[in-house]
Amino acid sequence: MELFEHLSLGFGVAFTPINLLYCLLGCVLGTLIGVLPGIGPAATIAMLLPATYALPPVSALIMLAGIYYGSQYGGSTTAILVNLPGESSSVVTCIDGYQMARKGRAGPALAAAGLGSFFAGSVGTLILAAFAPPLTELAFKFGPAEYFALMTLGLIGAVVLASGSLLKAVGMIVLGLLLGLVGTDVNSGVARYSFDIPELTDGIGFVAIAMGVFGYGEIISNLAQPEHEREVFVAKVSGLFPTKQDFKDMTPAVLRGTMLGSALGILPGGGALLSSFAAYALEKKLKMRPGEVAFGEGNIRGVAGPEAANNAGAQTSFIPLLTLGIPGNVVMALMVGAMTIHNIQPGPQVMTANPELFWGLIASMWIGNAMLVILNLPLIGMWIKLLTVPYRYLFPAIVLFCAIGVYSTNNNTWDIWIVGVFGVIGYIFAKLGVEPAPLLLGLILGPMMEENLRRALLLSRGDWSVFVTRPISAGILAAAVLMLVIVLLPSVKNKREEAFVED
Amino acid sequence: MKIKSQKDFFSGLMFMGVGVAFAWGATNYNIGTGARMGPGYFPLYLGILMTILGALITFNSMVIETMDGDKIGKWAWRPLFFVILANVVFGVLLAGLPTFGIPAMGLIVAIYALTFIASMAEAAWKFKPTLVLATALAAGSYLAFVLALKLQFPVWPEFITG
Repeated sequence: MELFEHLSLGFGVAFTPINLLYCLLGCVLGTLIGVLPGIGPAATIAMLLPATYALPPVSALIMLAGIYYGSQYGGSTTAILVNLPGESSSVVTCIDGYQMARKGRAGPALAAAGLGSFFAGSVGTLILAAFAPPLTELAFKFGPAEYFALMTLGLIGAVVLASGSLLKAVGMIVLGLLLGLVGTDVNSGVARYSFDIPELTDGIGFVAIAMGVFGYGEIISNLAQPEHEREVFVAKVSGLFPTKQDFKDMTPAVLRGTMLGSALGILPGGGALLSSFAAYALEKKLKMRPGEVAFGEGNIRGVAGPEAANNAGAQTSFIPLLTLGIPGNVVMALMVGAMTIHNIQPGPQVMTANPELFWGLIASMWIGNAMLVILNLPLIGMWIKLLTVPYRYLFPAIVLFCAIGVYSTNNNTWDIWIVGVFGVIGYIFAKLGVEPAPLLLGLILGPMMEENLRRALLLSRGDWSVFVTRPISAGILAAAVLMLVIVLLPSVKNKREEAFVED
Repeated sequence: MKIKSQKDFFSGLMFMGVGVAFAWGATNYNIGTGARMGPGYFPLYLGILMTILGALITFNSMVIETMDGDKIGKWAWRPLFFVILANVVFGVLLAGLPTFGIPAMGLIVAIYALTFIASMAEAAWKFKPTLVLATALAAGSYLAFVLALKLQFPVWPEFITG
């Protein structure tokens, strides 16, 4: 079995002491920021990108990946215990999880979330390992026209599946694409939009923009809100283990959540957030067992399903990144940044050129998931203590880490000024109600899209029909159009708005 | 015409402004044709696309009813000012500004300055806890970034290290 060969190669890489250490570090950091509201995986990964310079590429990616899926675990802990979603993907976990905790069933709720997440994470990792090679093979058949079509699909998917206004999200993508073009054009050598500033001829640093918008922008909007009362849970967490009936209820929910999350994670724009919302909606639609607790009053299925789904989604959202080199969500866009820092060109060649990196990363995800169960269940008390750290001590530290991190990317104060500028812009975005996430996707894809469009049209001598006459490209574009049409249908449009109301 | 969604109205204007700026900037470069694209081709059409999107958003904001007018609300000047100022001062102190003759003061001084200025973003800030926090951050950063990760920083003021 080829799969086992690959996995054993991966585990060989992942089980070295240094990689285990960075995996653990990533998971701990992920849990930490997952527990803390007000700082998400995107900002954290952006902050730590420069610090991974000194590490070997495998260890760096293992740690950054750990932060992403680790934050999914941490987010659920606070959602259940204090009704505070530490992470946006655990918003739905609050609904039933917190009710269970109030009824003295915090233990089973946490166990359902932890075990469900572990199971889903393992399945997601296996799916990743199984689907990556065939997809990679397909990707090698892609020419510039296909890549351009695929990026279009990715961007449209990101808009369609994201929350909020469609038009504004498209606008942010275009803005990201444009910002990505600042700097020297690779074909003509012309410095575009650089206003004769030498630093701008290298383009605007991706890390600086991510930190400014997601780090500073969020801090400023957080500080603008009056400190809301936190209902701190005082009752002890006793009796971690779910009853037999709990297991009976949660097992099918975990299975459904895993399937749904794995499927949605692969989609461009998908990932943890969308998966958890969809899974909760699904569980709510299913028939209740007689005598079962209603949803919204502490149903264990309402915890197990979404938690399994968000973890599976977090895992499988690595598939488009690792096989095609196309990021499906912001965190994946940051992973592209991490790979380029280490001189790895994301795309199908990663698997063949760096097999130990590819499989090592996948294997580490499984190990990381196992670590997280151990970290989370017995150590819950410790994580909860973290919530008593007031934001006023937290945010200066975040500002500092952003500033230090961005300075060390190029050892140049120029990037510090850029972070400041984008901090202001990020706050303006927040005030205007535009989501910054699509901007980052556009920023990463901008130069790639231009290059592939240019090549495709050069090969076809300026004939735009090349995108519809090549079968794979036509298929991908048809899918993109279909997605747009579906989402613009009035009935679906209303449903979509409904689905994100709880956001 | 009445603005029915303030947020959308101004985000539409923002998109239009930036779109026009990029498209206009693109005309300074060689546009070329589809088969032989110049550096101005892609940004020109993206700029035009963004201007159209912005116009649509603004148009919708004056036509589609919203519940509460979607007000932008008050600007949080205090956190905005202090967070950004902390960042800028950090940069200036860390490496100095040779063009203006400001010497580098190094990482430690910069961390203290950043922590204090950033903390002032909250009206209820107090001197003592901020000093403790700054000291902890300075010590932690020195250990983590300078000793452990060996990142290159000017650590101490220029006039001490020479």
